[in-house]
Amino acid sequence: MSELEDISRNAIDAVNAAADAAALDDVRVQYLGKKGELTGLLKGLGKLPAEERPAAGAEINKAKEAVRAAISEKKESLENAVLNEKLASETIDVTLPGRNGDIGALHPVTQVLRRMEDFFISVGYTVVEGPEIEDDYHNFEALNLPAHHPARAMHDTFYFNPELLLRTHTSPVQVRVMKSQQPPIRIICPGRVYRVDPPDPSHLPMFHQVEGLVVDKNISFADLKGTVVEFLRVFFEKEDLQVRFRPSYFPFTEPSAEVDVQCVHCDGAGCRVCSHTGWLEVMGSGMVHPKVLEYAGIDSEEYTGFAFGMGPDRLAMLRYSVDDLRHYLDNDLRFLKQFR
Amino acid sequence: MKFSEAWLREFVNPDLSTQELVDQLTMAGLEVDGFEPVAAEFDKVVVGEILEVNPHPDADKLVVCKVSSGDEQHQVVCGAPNARAGIKVPFALVGAVFPELKIKKAKLRGVESHGMLCSERELGLSENHEGLMELPLDAPVGQDIRAYLDLDDSIIEVDLTPNRSDCLSMIGIARETGLMNRLDVTEAARPRIEAAIEETFPVELAAGAACPRFVGRVVRNINQQAETPLWMKEKLRRADLRSIDPVVDVTNYVMLELGQPLHAYDLEKLSGRIVVRQSKAGEKLTLLDDSEVETLEDTLLITDDSGPIGLAGVMGGLSTAVTESTKHVFFEGAFFAPTAIAGRARSYGMSTDAAHRFERGVDWQGQVRAIERATELLTEIAGGEPGPVTETVDKESLPTTNEVELRASRIARVLGVQIDDEEVDEILDRLAFSTVTKDEGGEHKWIVSAPSHRFDIAIEADLVEEISRVYGYNNLPTRTPVASLQMSPRSETEISLNRIRDQLVSRGYFEAVTYSFVDSAMLEVLDPENEPIGLANPLSAEMSVMRTTIWAGLLKSLIYNVNRQQNRVRLFETGLCFSQPPNQDGLSFADISQVKKLAGVVCGPRQQENWSNDQEVIDFYDVKGDLESLLALTGQSDTFEFVFAKHPALHPGQSAAIQKSGEIIGYMGLLDPRIQQNYDIRYPVFLFELEIDAISDKKVASSAVMSRFPEVRRDIAIIVDQTVTASALRQCIRTAADDTLQNLKLFDVYQGKGIDPTRKSIALGLTFQHASRTLTDDEINNSMDKIVASLEAQFGASLRN
Repeated sequence: MSELEDISRNAIDAVNAAADAAALDDVRVQYLGKKGELTGLLKGLGKLPAEERPAAGAEINKAKEAVRAAISEKKESLENAVLNEKLASETIDVTLPGRNGDIGALHPVTQVLRRMEDFFISVGYTVVEGPEIEDDYHNFEALNLPAHHPARAMHDTFYFNPELLLRTHTSPVQVRVMKSQQPPIRIICPGRVYRVDPPDPSHLPMFHQVEGLVVDKNISFADLKGTVVEFLRVFFEKEDLQVRFRPSYFPFTEPSAEVDVQCVHCDGAGCRVCSHTGWLEVMGSGMVHPKVLEYAGIDSEEYTGFAFGMGPDRLAMLRYSVDDLRHYLDNDLRFLKQFR
Repeated sequence: MKFSEAWLREFVNPDLSTQELVDQLTMAGLEVDGFEPVAAEFDKVVVGEILEVNPHPDADKLVVCKVSSGDEQHQVVCGAPNARAGIKVPFALVGAVFPELKIKKAKLRGVESHGMLCSERELGLSENHEGLMELPLDAPVGQDIRAYLDLDDSIIEVDLTPNRSDCLSMIGIARETGLMNRLDVTEAARPRIEAAIEETFPVELAAGAACPRFVGRVVRNINQQAETPLWMKEKLRRADLRSIDPVVDVTNYVMLELGQPLHAYDLEKLSGRIVVRQSKAGEKLTLLDDSEVETLEDTLLITDDSGPIGLAGVMGGLSTAVTESTKHVFFEGAFFAPTAIAGRARSYGMSTDAAHRFERGVDWQGQVRAIERATELLTEIAGGEPGPVTETVDKESLPTTNEVELRASRIARVLGVQIDDEEVDEILDRLAFSTVTKDEGGEHKWIVSAPSHRFDIAIEADLVEEISRVYGYNNLPTRTPVASLQMSPRSETEISLNRIRDQLVSRGYFEAVTYSFVDSAMLEVLDPENEPIGLANPLSAEMSVMRTTIWAGLLKSLIYNVNRQQNRVRLFETGLCFSQPPNQDGLSFADISQVKKLAGVVCGPRQQENWSNDQEVIDFYDVKGDLESLLALTGQSDTFEFVFAKHPALHPGQSAAIQKSGEIIGYMGLLDPRIQQNYDIRYPVFLFELEIDAISDKKVASSAVMSRFPEVRRDIAIIVDQTVTASALRQCIRTAADDTLQNLKLFDVYQGKGIDPTRKSIALGLTFQHASRTLTDDEINNSMDKIVASLEAQFGASLRN
């Protein structure tokens, strides 16, 4: 049956030689089609003696199968080649920038404020806000700062009339809370405050403050120290940050303390940022003055409290290496884009 | 306050370096602002005497001096205008080393020079470089100048808190230093100067508690031409006070030493008697510095028969002032109550050392001592015959010594630590507080009387503070407060401001912070209908009124950026806006509205410049989309509506009021091109502003059952008049349709070729779905027919083919 072998060999060669799908189909028709060469062999079986027919038929079918398989394999490989070519032609430059990937940014002071709020909220403080145009009573009088008190000179105040002013600190919010709520009180009061200071690298006539107030039974200076130290350490992400308390004076707290941290730029070695002292003044604090509690209708024998106040503008300066407070109000996009 | 460290060490001399000393003062609550050496670092400078001055052969501006350094004579070439024979000056010998200079033998224009004659600046004493520093004529020639002028000293500047006016003096600082170092303080001189003459000057107190004590003394026949001694001049100079004449120098010196401000009158210029009284409005007075004041009411005055001769505790008058020709003086050492002086200097636009001390408080028992000390010093310097000390007192009105109770339990309660009774005893003793202890109701107590210079001690808290201060804040315990783990309520119906801000940031906006006080002219343009609140003492006209709209500040920031080549600007800000009712007199707190708003400004290309993006400039709908994304946060977008409305700052055809359930909560639109042009902005600017509270309520989601049946979409295009709005069409369709209309999309608006110019084509996509079954074609056709008929009837709409 050398004829079958010849045809098979030719068929396989033709399959392998087919350059594309059309050529391959021609090969299929030539050998396996109704008038195909292998199909023709099958038709010729009738000429064989009956006893040889089964074996010869099986041989032919086997050859057909082999050719069919070869075609199928070749077809797949041809299709793959076409697909690969197509995919190759679709190659793009993945390094070109994407579309509309741009975002804006929160103001750096907002970012610091938010961070501060989060720390205090996480341990049960409530954030309270209040009016920025205040009356003399809430901004001064109720905080143990009667008219003509020399400490008022530390608060260069914007006035509308003798009774109305722009708050010089967010402490009046604390007064409003204490008047409306009995202890326990755990609040922080963030917001804008105002002082008559022409803008320069370290002063602004409008800046921000976050004041905190805790009033409860058995609140002591130790709690104040613990709270402040813990906050400063988490804020600056430095577990061993050195913090010191210096006696100071605020009419609304007694004892009062200024709080210094080890300079976060030079780790206390002394640099331009800390004026070579190794320390940075970051907040004022103290035990709430009994008169302030009494003004608000809270029994100062039963309750004690502590308060602290700090400047997010300055903390943002330290945190983000900002060298001039005025950048905060220029809103120069080149500045703001750095805080994404 | 500035003072000389060496002077402090005359009273108390702890074994501390200057740095350690200032650190200690700071940690005691007397914050040191800084310290600096009195003079530069140098050596081999001595007192020199110019013996001869000869002209330089080759230089007009130079002279050749013969200078004595004691044992030797030196030839020195010098260019100072005041070089003359007979004066004594600092003389730097050959070999002297200054911070930036070494003195060597030199030839100046051919003449040899051995050493240098010095100005104050060369010694680092001051900026004065006009000529040689002239020393007193009795200066010992050859003595080292550092020793002679006591230059191994520092000037320390403390920034005292208002409660510690007892430290506005050398004895005050010395007391604190002694306290912190457990050292005794050398008691400052307490002289008693006998009267040499009988003469007194009459004083009457007519101001009650404002001035309960006035100590006076006449001193006759003084020599004002006498030279103030160098040691006094130097101490004054190191405290930033200029030496004037013996009388003024002595009063200033005593004030620095003891803290009691003094005044001296020219006795011959006083008439009748002195009366201390409150002013009436409009009294006139010329002060020492030549300024004229017209008194307000409520100012304490020193008067004599001629009228006012001084603002008590602030500044004396010119008419009775001591001059260089004064022969006889009358000293005043008074106690003026802090409340009588506080704020007065300021109300006349003044600030004086005396007022600074009186308004914070001076020792109410210190007047006699100060007058005695001044008499002693003056007579030593300028001679004279003192009269007796006269003390005019209103005993009833004098302050009293407070007895304050201090409980051991209170110390523990406030400080969080039990301090041993013995330690408290010791601290009170070191503070020179006198105490009586008692045990009452199982409680240990101290009854404390503070000395008269510690008039700030009035209540128990003041004592607790003193105990903690001396004990050391940093020795007190630190603990984390303990509270019950109570959860704080947080409503899901509130949208936080943070969420709103984040949304805008995601859409490419930058948050700005602008001043709450703005330019009134700019507000007048942007928001003429709201009455701004004006500041009484603004920093400038550009910061003179409170903003009624954040636009004023944002627009300024936009201009700032556009002027810096930033043409794509997206800024937002949140904060209060302020307004008052129109035509309101006598503004009160309750009248003022302080509303929290969110505002934005946008200009420039829609998208960041990019290789593929279109570079079209933003329009109304970009900004509206940003706002819609905010409103979507509320979960109830359909309660908000953008309604065509005019606004004075906005383009009359491109502005909308934003309404919530029919109420206006804000505006958005295109900045009126005329305003844009006025501010020289090149690009169109869009603005928005709305009340934050109005977009802070969120609907808590409630999930509906989703239909399992197919939805069917039908698109139609209709032609309507240009003036028909999308929201009117939407409303019409919603009304005509039943609840199977699930969704309505407006997906194309076309005007132009093929359409009547007064009309427009609008393409709508309507999606229908039934909750519980499949809709039939007939049903949907039926709905569509109804809708189309309704559109025809209401707007004359025709279907476009």
